[in-house]
Amino acid sequence: MDILANLAIGFGVALSPYTLFLAICGCFLGTIIGALPGLGPSNGVAILIPITFTLGLDATSALVLMTSVYYGAMYGGRISSILLNIPGDEPALMTTLDGYPMAKQGRAGDALVLSGVASFVGALLATIGLMLLAPTLARVAFYFGPAEYFALYLLAFCTLGGMASNNQAKAALAACIGLGIAMIGVDSSSGLPRLTGGNLHLYDGIDFLVAIVGLFAIAEVFFFIESHGKGSSIGVKLEKVTIPWKDIMATKWTMLRASGVGFIAGILPGAGASLGSFLAYMTEKSIAGPNGGFGTGAPKGIAAPEAGNNSAAGGALVPMLTLGVPGSGTTAVLLALLMTLNITPGPTLFTERADVVWGLIASLLIANFVLLLMNVPMVKIFVKILMVPAWVLLPGVTMISFVGIYSLSGSYFDLLLMIGFGVLGYFLRKLDVPTVPVILGILLGGNMEDALRRAMTLSDGDPMYLFSSPIAIGFWIAAIAGFVAPMFLRGLLKKPAAHED
Amino acid sequence: MPSDRIFGLICLITAVAYIAAATQIQTNLFSGEFLPKLFPLMIGGVAAICSLSILFKPDPDPAWPGPATWGAMAIAVLVLALYAVFLTPLGFLLPTALAAGILSYQISPRVRPAILSGLGLSLGLFLLFKYALGLGNIVAYRIPTGEKLWDAFTILIPFVGH
Repeated sequence: MDILANLAIGFGVALSPYTLFLAICGCFLGTIIGALPGLGPSNGVAILIPITFTLGLDATSALVLMTSVYYGAMYGGRISSILLNIPGDEPALMTTLDGYPMAKQGRAGDALVLSGVASFVGALLATIGLMLLAPTLARVAFYFGPAEYFALYLLAFCTLGGMASNNQAKAALAACIGLGIAMIGVDSSSGLPRLTGGNLHLYDGIDFLVAIVGLFAIAEVFFFIESHGKGSSIGVKLEKVTIPWKDIMATKWTMLRASGVGFIAGILPGAGASLGSFLAYMTEKSIAGPNGGFGTGAPKGIAAPEAGNNSAAGGALVPMLTLGVPGSGTTAVLLALLMTLNITPGPTLFTERADVVWGLIASLLIANFVLLLMNVPMVKIFVKILMVPAWVLLPGVTMISFVGIYSLSGSYFDLLLMIGFGVLGYFLRKLDVPTVPVILGILLGGNMEDALRRAMTLSDGDPMYLFSSPIAIGFWIAAIAGFVAPMFLRGLLKKPAAHED
Repeated sequence: MPSDRIFGLICLITAVAYIAAATQIQTNLFSGEFLPKLFPLMIGGVAAICSLSILFKPDPDPAWPGPATWGAMAIAVLVLALYAVFLTPLGFLLPTALAAGILSYQISPRVRPAILSGLGLSLGLFLLFKYALGLGNIVAYRIPTGEKLWDAFTILIPFVGH
């Protein structure tokens, strides 16, 4: 009954009118962020972090606001997938496969409501899973030493790289770029600068928020200049919205199965929501067989990826909170938020800052209900917002990013650095080099090096210490398997092509 | 093919330079001789191996944009860089209106909507930040002096600025 007592504490924190108000604001903002093409969840959360910080919110409030945005963005991603055939974020890609055909058949309203309900089921089950699993995992994580942590970080980079790119060398290189950037700055043990090239601005290191906003938001501007904002605001008309009870009942088992698959995919460090929605869709497709009508607007084809995606989003919080290893790009950004708020994720978080953790979980549950209410009757409002043309949206996002980063330090140097990261992000994405490992590298580089150094100090420089425990060896094997396996499975795991007009 | 070979080569040179810089890291009694260099050297080594792999097993070329688009993107970078240095001396309103308008024009080349979105975004965001979010200290309006403007501009000129 520990969980119920803890939940009571959590709701005590989360049910204050002010926090509730923040949760509703976060859900609303998040759905918009998720729905707008070119403004994904990681991007949106990254831009909002410095602004939240400047507003002077305390740790719990900031966390509640940002996780509501995070869950909201996961809901919102489906709206543009269904109406415009453009995924609002990467995990929503699978929703276009059946969502857009269904919308073209004149059932856009049904598709939106069905996917909203599926999102709710996935996210709710995942939050419950998080409640049950996270404290247990936190207890296990107490036994992790530096060798285990080093192997765990490596595992995160390997599995993330394996899934994120078609070329393993490029994924690994991306991680190296991030880790290499993280090394810049004053070294904690000697107090001497490392790799700064004598530039005083670099003594503090490079702030990960600068890198995140540059790589995601500023790079997006260049992509829109390249495409001239084509194909952003044309799509299917939305008629009257009713609740398709028949479809919801027919897909209830699909939703449950997809939530389970998505949750497990989300827990794997580095894998994340894209893998969750992909696996959920493919599982349901093979269960339904060739007569299931997948790809032509089948209700199950909408319910499965949405439940999987939202469930993975909840699952990804498990390794992030208990181990400090994020499971996806967006949880990496949430980790950045925690670090900015001076909260160190890890096993001690559950004992020392129980109010933060359980307040967070309670607000996730609340956010979920708010989102269901928002996304079913009020979906038309979001559809209207979707019609904002790219030539207003992108400059607006850029200006907000500038103000956000400027508010961090008030220095032009960070702004110029952010533009540099934007240019870098454009070229990396053009060359099919994933950018999420870069972010993860900048975020985790310091911790990973710390783990390595402590391991080396403990063992007096013996490298075999890194393989000294069964847990560490297990992580190493999983890391190597996670890195090598996609090379052989690439043919098998081919993503189905999107629906062409 | 050539894109990846060039990319691999650039990364290889960077990785080698990184390794060279890592061997020069200063150490003292507290940190020990070896530990501050270990992880940077490992990163540089892995990066060099990856670069070689990209260099010798390149992917097909992506579809690069035409010269006109490159020009538009270069202008966008220049505008953003100018915006970054003039935000302090000029305040929020004027630079934002100009930068947002030019960016809008680069995305969709029509003059009237671009001017309108520049003005609208500048004023709208100013009101949002100053009155709704209370960030008046960041988005203040300032009257610049010629000297301050020149100071800001020199930041962008290598070896002259700070």
